[in-house]
Amino acid sequence: MQPLLKAENIVSYIGPYTILHDVSLEVTPGEAVVILGRNGAGKTTFLKTIMGLVHTRSGILEFDGETLVDKETHVIQRKGIGYVPEDYGIFDLLTVEENMRIAMWKEDAETKARCDWVLDLFPDLKLAYKRFAKTLSGGQRQMLSVGRALVNDNRILLVDEPSKGLAPVIIQTLAGALKEISRTTTVLLVEQNFAMACAVGQRFYIINEGKTVESGTMADLIQNKELQAVHLGI
Amino acid sequence: MGTIVTLVVNGLAQGALIFLMASGLSIILGMMGVINFAHGTLFLWGGYMYVWSYYAIRLRVVMAWFETAVPVTRFGNILTIQGVQLPPGETLPFLAELVIFIAALLVAVGFVFVMGLVFEKLFINRVYGRVPAQILITLGIQVVFTDIVRVIWGPNPFPIDRPPFLNGVSVVGTARIVHYNVFLILVGLVIAVIIHRILTKSRIGMVIRAGLQSPDHVRAIGINIKRYFTIVFAAGAALAGLGGALYMPLVGNVVSTAGMNNQILAFIVVVVGGLGSFMGSFLGSIFLGLMGVGIAMTVPGLSVVANVLIMALVLMFRPNGLFGLAVSRAD
Repeated sequence: MQPLLKAENIVSYIGPYTILHDVSLEVTPGEAVVILGRNGAGKTTFLKTIMGLVHTRSGILEFDGETLVDKETHVIQRKGIGYVPEDYGIFDLLTVEENMRIAMWKEDAETKARCDWVLDLFPDLKLAYKRFAKTLSGGQRQMLSVGRALVNDNRILLVDEPSKGLAPVIIQTLAGALKEISRTTTVLLVEQNFAMACAVGQRFYIINEGKTVESGTMADLIQNKELQAVHLGI
Repeated sequence: MGTIVTLVVNGLAQGALIFLMASGLSIILGMMGVINFAHGTLFLWGGYMYVWSYYAIRLRVVMAWFETAVPVTRFGNILTIQGVQLPPGETLPFLAELVIFIAALLVAVGFVFVMGLVFEKLFINRVYGRVPAQILITLGIQVVFTDIVRVIWGPNPFPIDRPPFLNGVSVVGTARIVHYNVFLILVGLVIAVIIHRILTKSRIGMVIRAGLQSPDHVRAIGINIKRYFTIVFAAGAALAGLGGALYMPLVGNVVSTAGMNNQILAFIVVVVGGLGSFMGSFLGSIFLGLMGVGIAMTVPGLSVVANVLIMALVLMFRPNGLFGLAVSRAD
């Protein structure tokens, strides 16, 4: 099957610093793929590179056969790439409702139905719908960030460390929601929380010092304690 | 008591004018991260375009209305400004004067809006995220376009009357209420309400509020924020143009140094009110306007010092301004 997202030998940089030296991966439609790696390995930078927020110096980066290199971020997103950034990307000066509405490509019945589905998935958001986002807790902000990325008919969802800084009970809720989402949407998840990665992912890639060093199925990784110890410090 | 009422009205009128300039400057700085030293020149062009179009339209209307009307003093070089002498004892009807005034304002605001579009597309667009380049390029624009004003209309100040229907004074008790000042306060309030409605009730307002926090995250949800930058810059320019157009009749003449003088006040308001804060610009402008007339009456020599002192105190104790945001920059 043709990959939905394909990265080959990606080199990217921020200012004068090269952050990614050689990242390659493929995500096929319907998959839930997890990127693992230690802090500072380049996982977040890779998602930002896909979104055009970090510049690609060389390599192939394609979505559904079309290159993403040198495309503007809003153009990339409109191809159907939903992005949940590490810092949530929530707009504090907007209400929860406005945070959802601003992300909608169009306000038609289909989008409204998806919005209702998101609110059912995250009932906390329904309760806080008219509140300003700055009043939300960390977990609610993460739910809003994920929910906002789902209001459009995206073809893939890039999620950056959704468990970071959250209480275990919230992580459990989010893991359940992401599992549910992955039934209908292709997911590329960056995650350090191994339990969450295992709950959501089918395949994995490990990035270390800006390079893809390992890949395989999650089932294999769960069995391979040595690999976990070397690259994930578990 | 009468003196206090007079001063308050005058101060609020000054505040309304400062607000027109500062609100655009604040949003441009907060959302786009652009330090726009060309804002004063947009104010200046608004003033000159208003005066030129006011005279030009009025000349034609008067000449068409009264066969015996006589063109009088002529100012300017490339685009001349020519007054007209009405026949003795004659006046234009209120409606004609109103139409001339509104038409001149529209010409001024429309022209400066287009200037804003062109500036953003040609110059500002290229320096997002590069503060030193922004300062240099906008200062350059300020110098060049102020000099262009001098080339077109000459370096000397020339007089501009208030529209006859706004050119009066009412005495209430011992207070003297200048009609034009009341008009300025009303314009300031109407513009503030309109901006507030746009910011809180429209999609463009949502994008502006979101962009004030993080332009990158706005891009990441599929919005072409550059298009909004252009609109915001041009709208901010138009507000400055409107401020300039309304300022010249207040002071009674048009002069090429007005842009820079008023720009300094607008920057002080942005610092005091806080970057990107609409409410901060509004309250900061009123505060500065009231303080300005109060100090001008009591200790005239300290009016500039007081403004700078307020700015310094705010920077020392509240660096984000009284109503400021944590601002990220466009790149």
